[in-house]
Amino acid sequence: MNHPLQRALVPTLSILLAILLNAAIISATGTDPLMVAERIVRSTLGSPYGTGQVLFKATTLLFSALAVAIPFHLRLFNIGAEGQLQVGAIAAAISAASLPPSLTPWAAIPLAVLAAMTAGAGWASIAAILKIRFRVNEVISTIMLNFIAQGVSGYLLFNHFALPSTAHSAPIAENARIASFSELYGWFPSSPANPSLYAAIALSLGFWALLYRTRHGFEMRASGLQPLAAKRAGINPARHTLLAMAMGGASAGLGAANLVLGYKGYYEAGMTAGAGFSGIATALLAAAHPLWIMGSALFMGLLDYGGLAVNSLVPKEIFQVMTAVTILLVISATALNRRNS
Amino acid sequence: MAAAVKIQNITRKFGTLTAVRNVSLTIEKGTVHAIVGENGAGKSTLTNIISGMLPPTGGELIIRGKPVRFTSPKDAAEEGIGMVHQHFMLAGELRVAENIMLGYEECRLFSPLNRKAVNNRIRECAEKYSLALNPDARVSNLSVGEAQRVEIMKLLLRNASIMILDEPTAVLTPMESTKLFTTLRTLAENGHTVLFISHKLDEVLSFADTISVMRKGEIVCTMPAAGATKEQLAGRMVERGVLLSVDNPPATPGAERLRVSNLCLADTRGAQKLRNLSLSIKAGEIYGIAGVEGNGQSELLQALSGMLQGQKGIKGSIQLEGRSLLELSPRQITDCGVGAVPQNRHTEAVITSFSVTDNLIFGRHREPSLHRGAGFSHKALQQLESRLIPDYGVLCQNPAKQQLGALSGGNQQKVVVAREMTRPDLKLLILAQPTRGVDIGAIETIHRKIIEARSRGVAILLISAELEELITLSTRIGCIYNGAISHEFTAKECELKRLEGVAFQKEIGLYIT
Ligand SMILES: Nc1ncnc2c1ncn2[C@@H]1O[C@H](COP(=O)(O)OP(=O)(O)OP(=O)(O)O)[C@@H](O)[C@H]1O
Ligand SMILES: [Mg+2]
Repeated sequence: MNHPLQRALVPTLSILLAILLNAAIISATGTDPLMVAERIVRSTLGSPYGTGQVLFKATTLLFSALAVAIPFHLRLFNIGAEGQLQVGAIAAAISAASLPPSLTPWAAIPLAVLAAMTAGAGWASIAAILKIRFRVNEVISTIMLNFIAQGVSGYLLFNHFALPSTAHSAPIAENARIASFSELYGWFPSSPANPSLYAAIALSLGFWALLYRTRHGFEMRASGLQPLAAKRAGINPARHTLLAMAMGGASAGLGAANLVLGYKGYYEAGMTAGAGFSGIATALLAAAHPLWIMGSALFMGLLDYGGLAVNSLVPKEIFQVMTAVTILLVISATALNRRNS
Repeated sequence: MAAAVKIQNITRKFGTLTAVRNVSLTIEKGTVHAIVGENGAGKSTLTNIISGMLPPTGGELIIRGKPVRFTSPKDAAEEGIGMVHQHFMLAGELRVAENIMLGYEECRLFSPLNRKAVNNRIRECAEKYSLALNPDARVSNLSVGEAQRVEIMKLLLRNASIMILDEPTAVLTPMESTKLFTTLRTLAENGHTVLFISHKLDEVLSFADTISVMRKGEIVCTMPAAGATKEQLAGRMVERGVLLSVDNPPATPGAERLRVSNLCLADTRGAQKLRNLSLSIKAGEIYGIAGVEGNGQSELLQALSGMLQGQKGIKGSIQLEGRSLLELSPRQITDCGVGAVPQNRHTEAVITSFSVTDNLIFGRHREPSLHRGAGFSHKALQQLESRLIPDYGVLCQNPAKQQLGALSGGNQQKVVVAREMTRPDLKLLILAQPTRGVDIGAIETIHRKIIEARSRGVAILLISAELEELITLSTRIGCIYNGAISHEFTAKECELKRLEGVAFQKEIGLYIT
């Protein structure tokens, strides 16, 4: 099991198996799987608009997957990307709506993005502090913080920021909008894909470099693999816990900025649409590896938008089942590969 | 009658490396068979093949006349083969009896264990094979020796008739080792077959029936233990000559470096682990601590390394050149010039899935000379590895790529020792079982390095279960018993008594029990 080709064999087989299984599920619902497949491909990668939609979805997913993946290397399981996205989104919307219109976009966008990152990082740090101070398990605290974020953002929206008789906040200032690729260069016409994608890719690469090319990453990996040995080696576990959670939360904040500044232009109830939870699956699918995670986000973005496109053929619920089955198969395959190596 | 184990032309490769080369060996039923050899000779690999942990690349394995092909330890267990690993696989929170029956409950799921019947069987077995054990004790409270007995008992109740032990005595005190061998002898007399690996030639000579010597993946000879000598074995194991005991020129101690005064420590349950422990170490001397494990050594080590920082229940003081260490973090303590080889390599000293080079800098990664930008300087790392790896005789193909976990046990230990002993500006060196699992040739090297460091003026605290090692190296020896130093041998006494050998060991023995 040492040859790279052999290593690739198991995941490839598992993807084939997933395709067959999904085809069987579609057949069982009385639809022709080939037609569905064709429709998915045509509506996503088959058109510039579809490709743009996939890239836009992948951007948010990549940010929220990184929010899970960064702490994962310290053996921290951040279930809270959803809540971090929500507080990030509300911070982006409120700050961007209250910026003076005279500001240039070069100042306005970074300020709004910074607000989103700070909110996400702050929210995630609460879980880190609870863990360091009171040894509260981060899975439990981040789940609770998700509920709290949901409640707080709902309260803020409906009691303070919603425009009368709407479910969204005031539109953000024009100077804080991130122009789409379509507006900028005419790429992927009328789709919301925007330069946030560059930031997401840069963040993945940066995270890779941090993890494998810096002393900070050396300490992070050591702490995650052997906490006791790391502590003896003078590595401060509390400092790393706090930093990793904050970095993860900041990444979720960037995902929120993509949604608010790059697409909607305001904060709306339910706008994160569970992207924080899909981020967990996206991260796990790539075994939290900072480079594979880009492929995994693209794949999940494709399924996400492809599912919408075939809604008339395959019910949304069935498509969810298919996605989950695929993820389970791929994760089992990687686990199998690791055991055999 | 067919032999218990017959190996024919077994080979095992790891990539391009041949760890076991075309080995053939016969182990007779009812004998105690020992395997000795240098670190990395292939001993663990060979026993792992017999116990089904590793499949061989080629060759045949014949158990009691029957050719077998194991794909897992479970297959081997079905043929009555059991292995006691160096790292025990016990559930700490469960009781002894529960651990022994784990996975072998003989009753339906969810119905309670028949505790009485189980306890009776354990007592019966304990009596027959002199395996003193309390079935109701919690495993987390056991000593290493007791935990090992639990492992052996587990195998016995699963009807293992062929027992394999990989360096079983590396972690035992001499007394516990003797107990273990009494058990193994009784087992052999009752028709069991025992195969064990050891680096301690004395015990191999006195307890084994047959001895095989491995070198570079091959068995170079197999001989009856009766009539063999230590020098003869050492000669077959290593090509160059080995000094079995290094020279220890008189020390010239300088000013006081470390002072531990009236250190008291209670654990979380309130049990007193250290009781007014006091000692002092000067620059340029080796202070040896003799004692049976569990008398406060690990607590003293933890306090010295900053692992107890901020913990309640500590009284007294630890001072390094007048600076108090108790309030400092592990990092601040290393920054004061303290290096340490911890007791438990795997959990405290290394990251097994990191490369050998990464492990050579692990804990030293804050040294500015290794840095370049936010990362590490390749050149500095290369210099470090090309200095330390040959110097300490670490057997390893590609240190920058190879995982530490793929090194043999003794070679992993050498990596830790090399890293800690070569810290720049070393003031105090704490060595806990520094030669655990290391072969006789490498022990000589490490002992020489320890004396060298002492002569350079480093203060050294040495904790070892090997009285011989303590006597050879120590300038002074403190006997630890029940959380305090119960007796101290002065430098003069140590120098004189060193020549007495076994008599001195016996005298020390009086103070530690
Ligand atoms: N999983 C592995 N991958 C690659 N090489 C390995 C692996 N396990 C062992 N080796 C190599 O095989 C050789 C034999 O190792 P083995 O562990 O059998 O030695 P040993 O005789 O038990 O030594 P020691 O006395 O140090 O325990 C060594 O060179 C080691 O580096
Ligand atoms: Mg070994």
